[in-house]
Amino acid sequence: MTTVITVPPSLDDQSFEQVLEQVAPLPTDAKVLVDARHTRWASPFGLTALLALAQTRAERPALAVPDHDDTASYWARAAFFHHAESLYELHGSYPKRREATESNSLLDITPITKSEDVHNVVGRVQERASAIIKNELKLESKAIMGFAMTLSEVCQNIIEHAGQGGWVAVQSYRWTKRLGRRVVVIAVCDAGLGFRRSLETTPGHLPTSRWDDATALEEAVIRGVSRFRDRGRGQGLAGARNYVGRWNGKLSVRSGSARISIVPGWDDDVPLSEGLASFPGAQVQVIIPEAVSGGGPAER
Amino acid sequence: MMNHIDLSSVLRQTLACDLYSNLVTRNTGSAVRQAIERVLSESEERALTVIDFSQVSMIDFSCADEIVAKLLMRYASDDPPCDAYFLFRGVTEDHRDAIDSVLERHGLALALERDDGVEVVGVLSDVERKAWNASYRLGRVNAYDVASEIDAEPDETRRTLEALCRRRLLMRVEDEYVTVGTTRG
Repeated sequence: MTTVITVPPSLDDQSFEQVLEQVAPLPTDAKVLVDARHTRWASPFGLTALLALAQTRAERPALAVPDHDDTASYWARAAFFHHAESLYELHGSYPKRREATESNSLLDITPITKSEDVHNVVGRVQERASAIIKNELKLESKAIMGFAMTLSEVCQNIIEHAGQGGWVAVQSYRWTKRLGRRVVVIAVCDAGLGFRRSLETTPGHLPTSRWDDATALEEAVIRGVSRFRDRGRGQGLAGARNYVGRWNGKLSVRSGSARISIVPGWDDDVPLSEGLASFPGAQVQVIIPEAVSGGGPAER
Repeated sequence: MMNHIDLSSVLRQTLACDLYSNLVTRNTGSAVRQAIERVLSESEERALTVIDFSQVSMIDFSCADEIVAKLLMRYASDDPPCDAYFLFRGVTEDHRDAIDSVLERHGLALALERDDGVEVVGVLSDVERKAWNASYRLGRVNAYDVASEIDAEPDETRRTLEALCRRRLLMRVEDEYVTVGTTRG
């Protein structure tokens, strides 16, 4: 029997929870059809998370592609189908070739499996990100280098901790629904070890009575704890946290059944969500918004 | 003896690729540091090494930790492989976030070459900073010169100068001290 997993019309980090709530109760070898026919929009998080979802299934899942031509075309341009072809059994028609048109994508969906991939990603993004951060987000030039550093560090999280490959995508778009301003969004998703299991491999780790995914996220994201004894470890996410704080952005990290967020004034998300549907690995999203005026951080 | 290490050249050799000028990832940082350590292992007993960032576009936290922090920690340890000193050249504001962050995290300091001279950045006590600045201004100095300049006790000043030597920010030359970067290539 195949279980149909309905993808919401608008797929982002919040609505992806609806997908996970449907998938989490199923055994990994259950046959599933991920039905995205009625999906009209997907954020970089939504697309990379869909790829990570397929990696968690023992039985190759099926995916019904969006009915709407514009949506399918957009997913094709973002390289979603290019990667999904090896993970999903795809149903429905979609552009087989990625059209060489101007898109919002700073970085199409790209696999991250090794250190060289991070060099490649940072190198590809740097020039376009520089123009977008300065001209469209109207942030100071200081924000440019921090963006590349943040991208590098969140991608390295996969290499250092996931134990398997993951995905990154970077896009810039006008976020009308939430903010009415332009944003640049980094999404990095993997279905690997996740923070709790990674920290449990720390030599001498003794779990406390409330040791769970939420505690592990607090340790890693807020306190910069790493599974390595080396004192220099754990700075990457701390650096990303400082960066989003400085530029009034948002950082959210989901792992296992919890999500921790550094929430700016413009967003009404909660800092910590617990008891979410369980999903392996770590899923990170960084949002940097356009400055309100003057080139400095907004709404601090 | 003086070494000059162009980090972008080391990076290209490390990656066997000319495409990238970014010092990113812990693996890359570790490989670059090992390349620097190989150069140092061929040096004489005492060596000043210029670590040149001029052609490096960016460095991330992980890479800065591997290259800058681990290098300084190893050679400032109680049992360093050789008597090595470092002068950092070509470091721009774009590199400073990552470098300052790792210096802060490990309580380290380094000598940074600027157009108008050398400054020491990172974690230093007030007295260490005063003593280093006085030594830099005065040139080759002894503890009495520095104590007089900063209005401190000579014995305490000597201890401070010795501590700065262990931190690789001053070189001891017989009974005198020279700041890293006072004579540079």
